Amino acid sequence: MQHVIDPTPYKKVALFGGTYNNWSALEHTVADALRRGAEAIWFLGDAGGFGPLPNRTVDLLRSLPVRSIQGNYDDSVGNSKEDCACGYTDPRDNHFAQISYDYTLANTSTDHRTWLAALPAQARIQVGAHRVLLCHGSPRQVNEFLWESTTPLGFVEWLCKTEKTDLIACTHTGIHWERRLEDGRGIINVGAIGRPANDGTQNVWYAMLEDAGDRVRSTFIPVAYDVTQMSDDMRREGLPEEFIETLNTGWWTTCLEVLPGRERMRGQH
Amino acid sequence: MGEDTPLELPFLYLDTLWLQVTGTVCNIACLHCFITCGPKNHTHTMMSTSSVEEALDTGVSEGMRHVWFTGGEPFLHPDILQLIDMALDRGALGILTNGMLIDDALAAQLGERFRTAKYNFEIRVSLDGATLEENDNVRGRGVFDKACEGIRLLAAHGLEPILAVTTLDDSQVTQERFAALLRSLGVTRPRVKWIPPFRIGREERRGRGYEAWETLTAHDLKEPEAALKLQCGTSRTVTSQGVFPCPILINEPGRLMGGTLADTLDSNRVDHQACHTCWVEGFSCST
Ligand code: SF4
Ligand code: SF4
Ligand SMILES: [Fe+2]
Repeated sequence: MQHVIDPTPYKKVALFGGTYNNWSALEHTVADALRRGAEAIWFLGDAGGFGPLPNRTVDLLRSLPVRSIQGNYDDSVGNSKEDCACGYTDPRDNHFAQISYDYTLANTSTDHRTWLAALPAQARIQVGAHRVLLCHGSPRQVNEFLWESTTPLGFVEWLCKTEKTDLIACTHTGIHWERRLEDGRGIINVGAIGRPANDGTQNVWYAMLEDAGDRVRSTFIPVAYDVTQMSDDMRREGLPEEFIETLNTGWWTTCLEVLPGRERMRGQH
Repeated sequence: MGEDTPLELPFLYLDTLWLQVTGTVCNIACLHCFITCGPKNHTHTMMSTSSVEEALDTGVSEGMRHVWFTGGEPFLHPDILQLIDMALDRGALGILTNGMLIDDALAAQLGERFRTAKYNFEIRVSLDGATLEENDNVRGRGVFDKACEGIRLLAAHGLEPILAVTTLDDSQVTQERFAALLRSLGVTRPRVKWIPPFRIGREERRGRGYEAWETLTAHDLKEPEAALKLQCGTSRTVTSQGVFPCPILINEPGRLMGGTLADTLDSNRVDHQACHTCWVEGFSCST
């Protein structure tokens, strides 16, 4: 699989994941990142699923100043696979995942599917003197779930060493967090902008990385978007009320079984 | 090619470390136990704290994410809380238990760790029926009530356990029945892990043994994701005797891979008939 290398030593880079067809959140996120002076903006994959009108999101990803890497969803849609390969094991999770997937696949243009299929799997960039590896789930498995409570320090150190990098940025789980070693190396999960972070607010989150000399400083930034517009679009497209509820309440209602106990108990369902 | 290609599965990396902390020692003797545990089975004895620590430390240097304690019954270990703290200091921990030994004081200790540990902490309680009759027919008299009490106490202390159910009778195993039972015990987010019967150990007598056709083929292993699909591609199991590919095969002849974890992070044979169950069910002992 193709990997991108960009040796430019950026000072400020914005990273976001999981648009899940939420075109309004995508517009607001990119506008916010540009306003804050991001020199590069990367999308870490999973354009589709969950939300309405998939072509709008891919149109935006292709026209805005954003570079993209491929998520499991993009690989599946791009190559017309049977399912999203999200990695769910529970029947109810898979039921809802299949509704999203069939809808997204059926409503993504051929041209956009070709674009999704050709996205690179990983990218290596520089923030100041620091090496940053961008991936979707993890560098070793596109749909590996890296949750905060199941990503121990020993693993962080092993992965940075194995991948010869200072920082690894990923998404796929939909909840943002980071874990750093004392020397500043670490893993940052940038979260997703397609749906709230199961925290009871309507915000979605992205991450800004900045060169701070001896380490990379990271900030998680909340973004507000047009929830009413998105809910209306979803209803018109016949998508499940459970999904609309999540956008409005900020609590996940589906795809809950993959959450570790710690993260699950923080949510409402 | 074909017939004589060895059924070797490449080892990818150590994601999950299984520790048979109490070996084959259990306070009960379920009819379907595929490693034939019981009060008098000392085939695998309890692990010492130092051997648990050694395995955990190797795990850390190999980048493990998850640790699972199993047995036998882990809460029979006299130093179980110390072992739990050692593991939770190094990674996310899960414990497989029959739930019978969990009293209020222990549940309080476990709930405290769930809230404050650096990493995730799961308890998975086994029940094989949603009613006393269905369960105790397999797990033994009095087990249902005690396990349910253990679940209730854990939930009351904020650690909602996962239920592990072996699918012995498809007509009785529905998500709704077990979710309702969990809710009645105070679990607000019911989670059920289904386990297919492995037709070895005591289960071979209770149910049936494997038939000749139930085996993996070299063709199966050509699937690109085979090493991710089978848990032995990313995990190892340590007992007092040494290291095995998984918790399922610890009593099967010729499955001991080596003395220490560091010696066994290499390909393993998946030519046991139990491997067929893992393959067709897409089964992993962890979640
Ligand atoms: S199935 Fe579990 S609880 Fe039952 S005898 Fe075996 S180890 Fe003990
Ligand atoms: S029984 Fe399953 S986990 Fe164990 S060696 Fe065979 S395939 Fe691997
Ligand atoms: Fe994903």
